[in-house]
Amino acid sequence: MEITVLAFGIAKDIFGGPSITVDLAAAATTADLKSSLETQYPRLKKLASYMVAVNNEYAEDGGLLRQRDEVAIIPPVSGG
Amino acid sequence: MQTQIEIHSEPLNTQQCIDWIMSPESGGIDVFIGTVRNATKGRTVLKLEFEAYKPMAIKEMRTITKEVLEQWPVQRILIHHRVGTLQIGEIPVIIAVSAAHRDAAFEACRYIIDTLKQTVPIWKKEFFDDGEVWVAAHP
Repeated sequence: MEITVLAFGIAKDIFGGPSITVDLAAAATTADLKSSLETQYPRLKKLASYMVAVNNEYAEDGGLLRQRDEVAIIPPVSGG
Repeated sequence: MQTQIEIHSEPLNTQQCIDWIMSPESGGIDVFIGTVRNATKGRTVLKLEFEAYKPMAIKEMRTITKEVLEQWPVQRILIHHRVGTLQIGEIPVIIAVSAAHRDAAFEACRYIIDTLKQTVPIWKKEFFDDGEVWVAAHP
């Protein structure tokens, strides 16, 4: 399945744009997404940390992704 | 309404925030105003840029206000955050809390800004005369 991944902050710089499309197996999890992205964009591994958000919630690594989920990469936040 | 959470691309209005948070039941209001500092770790900062994942940022801020209402006897809570390019001295964030008694207002206000900095998906980039950096991105 194809998942659109939104990017913010430094993740936008790493992906070279505000969103990318990732092709994943049907029952892929958040962890699968992370390892696929880290292979394609090794700079992700250099970040202090980063989270995946699914439908506007921080997601655990084992959570299943669905094609129509709104998925985003959340690098370390620095608001305020 | 008990809470007001907003993200603005225009300058924040401190007086409007104070007017909204005051009520006849309040014994005090606590207001935190974040401002853009002209230096970080000894380097001169020229300006900041703030970016938000808006729907999730609003949701996370709502979660914070819910937690506050469960923990402290406060009356109203306001969080306004700015996005876009900010010059030195401009205001990225205003947090205001009203309560019958000051302890709750102080503690809740502190909790909100501390938690916001840890959980709300908003990012700031610092601009120096010789480069730019996303704050906290790297260890």
